[in-house]
Amino acid sequence: MTIRGLSTFTWTQGKLYLREPLATFFTIFFAPLLLVLFGLMYGNEPNEMFGGLGSMDVTVPAYLGIIIVTVGLIGLPIQTSSNRELGILRRYRVTPLRPLTYIVADVTSYWVMALAGVVALVVVGKLAYNVRFEGNILSVLAGFTLSTLAFLAIGFVIASFAPSARVAQTVGMVVAYPMMFLSGATIPYELLPPTVQRIADFLPLTYVVRLMRGLWVGEPWSDLWLEVAVLTGILVLCGAISARFFRWE
Amino acid sequence: MTEPVIAVEALEKSYGSVRAVDAISFEVAEGEIFGVVGPNGAGKTTTIECLEGLRAPDGGRVHVLGLDPRRDGDVLRQRIGAQLQESALPARLRVGEAMRLFASFYTRPLEPGAILEGLGLADRKNVAYANLSGGQKQRLSIALALVGDPQLVFFDELTSGLDPQARHATWDLVRDVRAKGKTVFLTTHYMEEAEQLCDRVMIIDAGRIVALDTPAALVRALGAGQRIAFGADGMADDVIRALRAIPGVERVELSAERVVVYGQSDRLLAPILDVLQQAHLSFHDLQTQQPNLEDVFLALTGREMRD
Repeated sequence: MTIRGLSTFTWTQGKLYLREPLATFFTIFFAPLLLVLFGLMYGNEPNEMFGGLGSMDVTVPAYLGIIIVTVGLIGLPIQTSSNRELGILRRYRVTPLRPLTYIVADVTSYWVMALAGVVALVVVGKLAYNVRFEGNILSVLAGFTLSTLAFLAIGFVIASFAPSARVAQTVGMVVAYPMMFLSGATIPYELLPPTVQRIADFLPLTYVVRLMRGLWVGEPWSDLWLEVAVLTGILVLCGAISARFFRWE
Repeated sequence: MTEPVIAVEALEKSYGSVRAVDAISFEVAEGEIFGVVGPNGAGKTTTIECLEGLRAPDGGRVHVLGLDPRRDGDVLRQRIGAQLQESALPARLRVGEAMRLFASFYTRPLEPGAILEGLGLADRKNVAYANLSGGQKQRLSIALALVGDPQLVFFDELTSGLDPQARHATWDLVRDVRAKGKTVFLTTHYMEEAEQLCDRVMIIDAGRIVALDTPAALVRALGAGQRIAFGADGMADDVIRALRAIPGVERVELSAERVVVYGQSDRLLAPILDVLQQAHLSFHDLQTQQPNLEDVFLALTGREMRD
C-alpha cells in the first residue's frame, strides 16, 4: 500500500460522495438553506438574550453541528453499511489496501465534505447577514475537526452493529434528528425550555454546538475544556468500540 | 520442478456444527488452470477464501506462493488477484476510476488502459458500474483481478449468471490469463466449464475431495462406455445380431423406433455404420454420447449436478 493508494482512495471516496444527490444536498446545501429560512424569520438584530449578538451570529456556528451530525450519523453509516452489504468492503480486503488506510481515507473524505458544507454556510451567512466572527480561524478549524472525528467515530459504531444499510439509515436518523432539535443546533439553547435544556446536557451534539459557538466568538480553550473533554472521550471510546466490533463483511 | 503455487494440507473449516471443509489436501502447480467443482454448499468458496486469507482455517496448513495467507497477508495480496462471488463495486464508480483506484493499491501495477483494451472494455471507461451489463461487470472484475500483475489469480464462480455465449467468451479470457504465465485457481458449479477449461479438476462434495485429476482421466476412470443411438425403420433380428457381434459392444437396446448400442470401445461408430449399410437400412438422428464430468459426478456422489 502506497501513499498514492491513500490519496487515490480518498479522492475516489470524495467523488462518490458528491455523486449521491441526497448526501450532497444534506451536507452542503441544507444548512445554508435553513439559515436563509430562519434569517427571513428572525433577522440578525442584536439581541440581549445572545449577549448582544444577533440571531444569525449564534446560528451559523451552531449549524456546524447540523453538518457534522449529518455526515457522521447519517452519511457515514449508510455508505459504510451499504458498501459492506454489497461486498465492496470484502472486495477491497483481497487487495493490498490495508484496513487502516481505508479508514483514514474514508474519514478524510467525510471531513472534506463537511468542511465544504461549513464553507458554504459561512459564505451564505456572511453575504446574507454579515455574521460576526470574533474567533481564530485555526481554533475554529481545530474544534470543527475534533467534533467531526468524534461524530464519525459514533457513525462507525452504528455501522459496526447495523446488520444492513437500511438499519444503519434508520438508527442514524432516529439518533440524529431529535438531537439536532434538542441540542441547540437548530433552535438556540437559550430558547429551549429548562426541561429540554437538561436533556440537552446529555447529548453529544450539545457539546459540539457549545464548542463551536464559544470558539466562534473567541472564547479561550481554557473555558471550553469540558466540551473538548467530552468530545475527546467520545472519540476515544467510539473509536475503540469500532476497532473491536467493525465487520468487513 | 519449482515448488507448488498452492499447497494445502488437511484444511478444515467449520461454521458452527457444519463442516464446510473437511480435511482436504491438494497442490496446484505453476501455470495450471485448476478448478474446484461441486454443488452449492460443497465448500468451494470456503476453500478459496482460506487461500485468499479472507478466512482463518480451523486446522491444517495452507501455503500460497510459499506464504501463509493469514500471517503474510500483506505480502501475499500484492501477488494475487481475485474475483469474488457476490461482490460489487460502488454503483457510481466508473470503469476507468475503478481501474485507477485498484492500480493504486499495488506497488507494480499494469497499465489499466491496456487491460481494458484486452478485455473489450476500452470504450466503457466512463460508464458507471451500475450501468454495465452482467458480462461487462464480469470482465471488469477480471480486469481488476489482473491490474496488480499477479502471479496467481482466483476466480470464484466467474461465469455464474452469464448466458452461454458470454460464458464461452469468458473461458477464452481465462485461457488468455494463463497464456500470460499466470496460475489460475477457479471454482465453478458448471461441470462443462471445468471440463473445457481446467487442466485439473478437484470434485468436492460436502467438504471432502471426491476426485482430483485431469478431466480426461476422471472420465476414463469412470469406465463408462460410449453410447450410440439412432432411429431406424424395419430393424431385423439379424441386424441386431450383427450389431451385438461388433467387438466392444456390450449390449443393444431396442425400443419402439430407436436403437441404442452400448460399448466400451471408442471406435464403435464405423463398424455400426458398416452393419447398417450392408443391411441397406436407412437410419436417422444418429447420436453418439461420450461420458462426461457430469457422469463422473453422478457416479461418485450418486447425485445429479444441477446448474
